[in-house]
Amino acid sequence: MSTPILKLRNICKSFGPIDVLQDISLDICPGEVLCLLGDNGAGKSTLIKTLSGVYRPNSGTIEMDGRPIEFTGPRDASNRGIATVHQFGGTFPLMSIGRSFFIGVEPTKGWGPFKIFDRKKANEIAVKAVRDFGITRIEDGDRLVGGLSGGERQSLAIARAVHFGAKVLILDEPTAALGVKQATHVLRIVNEAKRRGLAVVFITHQVMHAMAVGDHFAVLIRGAVAADFRKGEKTREEITDLMAGGETMAELEAQIDGYMATHDGHAPQHAGASA
Amino acid sequence: MNSKTASQPIVVANAPASSSATRFSIGGLFRRPEAGAFLGLFGVFVFFIAFGSIDFLKPAGAASWLNVAANLGIVAFPIGLLMIAGELDISIGSMIPAGSMTVAIISGYYGLPIWLGIAATLGLGVVVGLVNGFLVVRTNVPSLIVTLGTLFAVAGLVLGLSVLLTGTTSVALKAPELAKFLFGQFVANTFQVIIFWWLALTAIYIYVIHYSPYGNWIFAMGGDKISARNAGIPTSRLTIVLFVLSATSAAFVGMCQAILFNSAQVSAGMSFIFNSIISVVVGGVLLTGGFGSIVGIFFGTITFAVVNQGIYFTTFDRNWSSLIIGVMLLLAVLMNNTFRSMALSYSPKKK
Repeated sequence: MSTPILKLRNICKSFGPIDVLQDISLDICPGEVLCLLGDNGAGKSTLIKTLSGVYRPNSGTIEMDGRPIEFTGPRDASNRGIATVHQFGGTFPLMSIGRSFFIGVEPTKGWGPFKIFDRKKANEIAVKAVRDFGITRIEDGDRLVGGLSGGERQSLAIARAVHFGAKVLILDEPTAALGVKQATHVLRIVNEAKRRGLAVVFITHQVMHAMAVGDHFAVLIRGAVAADFRKGEKTREEITDLMAGGETMAELEAQIDGYMATHDGHAPQHAGASA
Repeated sequence: MNSKTASQPIVVANAPASSSATRFSIGGLFRRPEAGAFLGLFGVFVFFIAFGSIDFLKPAGAASWLNVAANLGIVAFPIGLLMIAGELDISIGSMIPAGSMTVAIISGYYGLPIWLGIAATLGLGVVVGLVNGFLVVRTNVPSLIVTLGTLFAVAGLVLGLSVLLTGTTSVALKAPELAKFLFGQFVANTFQVIIFWWLALTAIYIYVIHYSPYGNWIFAMGGDKISARNAGIPTSRLTIVLFVLSATSAAFVGMCQAILFNSAQVSAGMSFIFNSIISVVVGGVLLTGGFGSIVGIFFGTITFAVVNQGIYFTTFDRNWSSLIIGVMLLLAVLMNNTFRSMALSYSPKKK
């Protein structure tokens, strides 16, 4: 295990009276995939927004490369090499691949005030960056991003972050809206990013996807780290049980079965509905 | 190191693909945002030549629709850019008479130098644009509502002030030679000089929007504002600049009209609101932002002007022209949707 690039110590965040994050301590290391698991509302989104500079923690420290830092905003975090890729890739459906790849940092040619956007160069670099990640179906940089599949869009966004020097890659449920094959694409790209020495934070609630790429797992329950373990230390069932809030799935299933046996095969009904 | 060698054949394989992309292709033309506008323009030309007469393409005939297109076009470009960026500005409807009245009151009624009147007119455009822009950026109220407010506010201000200052709603203006030459002469007795301003602006807009990096920012803003901001684009500043551009362009058109016709009226210009939106949408700009082109808006404006004026060259009653414009708008939108989905689903064939 290498030295962590990002170190979270005792991070707490509350919105008014609601404590969303409680005492979170995590290490994020280069060349590793940290899988952040948790049910809806467990605080995953708040944690990544804290990491990417959107929120400031109420207490606790974030260290980057051993020095304590405070992000002034999302721009600051991304300037320091923390890139966040959201569920739908954060790309522009009606722009070409080359143009959307270089948003804000357009390559130009020409001189003085007559600089023009270098479409050819932009397309070449963008297509090459994506192809280096193994997406060989993309070969024309003039294609519109909206014409790509969900997996290809994610790949494009990840390739873009890596191309512009991201050191920490935060992937917010990249596989949630994807089919099996597309998800596999994205997982392969996560592996490639890891191989290139990036620290990857992979947020998901699909245990299968997490197990496929993760080196290090953290399960969040109600804003606290309920479990922090490394690859191979827990089985899939154990992780699923943890995510479901500590109660084992088997117990839940047994409860439902038992109920149905005593109620003529009817599933449990909501209290209001049965009254 | 492995990935380096693995990527080597990819680059080689890529070379023929990119060279074929630069070759002429009919399909490629149809996927461009202006494809619908171009076909629409072609359609209305054929229609009016068939039902009207060829006169309509001769200099005297062409002047009638070029004059309309030029006045409308100068306003339609910034409206189109705002639409691409996901905003709308309808306050241009009162900025055009505001521009006319400002130059007419300052240089006509008070007899001050014309250059002062011109500077004040363009300055007014900048101020109203800044107000629109800041309100939209700061309050997050939809720009349609903000500019609806400034549309009425400016209209009321112009009417109130001109009655207060001059006691009338129509002011005469006698512009000196040079100003007349630059902004308000008839070239060859029929072509308004504003046509040349329009053509020059078209060239400038094409350069800025499609060749300079700034154009990319506007498209990105309309595509996804949050992502654009995260990518480092100054979205607020750019929005304000676009609003300043549209208000100033409208004031400029109003000013040219006042200098051309030697007088200014309080109520002229409301028709520009819908006409410019129609031109822009016929020109292939997506109402929800993120897609469009300057050439498309250019064609869309000409199409609108031809339909608007072409009716005079036919035996039809003038009253039918709105019907034609309405049908044309619907056809153009449907056609543009088709071309856009073609562009989206396009992927090069495996060779």
